[in-house]
Amino acid sequence: MDVLYFAWVRERIGHPKEKVETTAATVRDLVEELRAREDRYDAAFADLSALRVAVDQELADFDADLSGVREVAFFPPMTGG
Amino acid sequence: MVVRVQAEGFDAGGELNRFTAACDGAGAVVSFTGIVRNRAGAPLREMMIEHYPGMTEKAIAGIEAEAVDRWSLGRSLVIHRYGALAPGETIMMVATAARHRADAFQAAEFLMDYLKSRAPFWKKEIGRDGAEWVAARDEDEAALGRW
Repeated sequence: MDVLYFAWVRERIGHPKEKVETTAATVRDLVEELRAREDRYDAAFADLSALRVAVDQELADFDADLSGVREVAFFPPMTGG
Repeated sequence: MVVRVQAEGFDAGGELNRFTAACDGAGAVVSFTGIVRNRAGAPLREMMIEHYPGMTEKAIAGIEAEAVDRWSLGRSLVIHRYGALAPGETIMMVATAARHRADAFQAAEFLMDYLKSRAPFWKKEIGRDGAEWVAARDEDEAALGRW
């Protein structure tokens, strides 16, 4: 699946997008896999209350099911308007 | 319902005139224009706005559909920019048209409240001494509760 990062999450991880091969069942499982990769991921995902997630471009929560999902995005709370 | 997400600047007055001219049967048009606010003390050089192409348009269309569902709206317009903007530049505008003003006012406020916290935009303020991401405010999240 494609994993996207925006705003300071993108800056901390160092790239905007990557392909991830995963068998993670939920967003939370995916986060744990990413955190185990490298310190920069671990730091970016240290406080999930500071993050929001979208699954296939719809806001979701960290327990969302990932079966059949093509795109997951992580970002801080939005500041539009 | 019209949604435009764009890097280019736009003329909010001209947009409002065109919107109003196309509002057949409306008795009220309400508009809001958001501009890049300068900071007191540490002047802003620019505001960088990032967004999530694809999701942004869908999220705004969803918010507009909800507004149309709740209020008796003739038309609505949302324009939101991304990229580098200077202080004083127009970031975005919302316009609503309805037969009566209460619908137009409330729908415009609803659109603004939801665009603030549910449309995937992120603002970064760039000053002379560095840059920082604008944090979401608890009041903005709380504002959603009134709807």
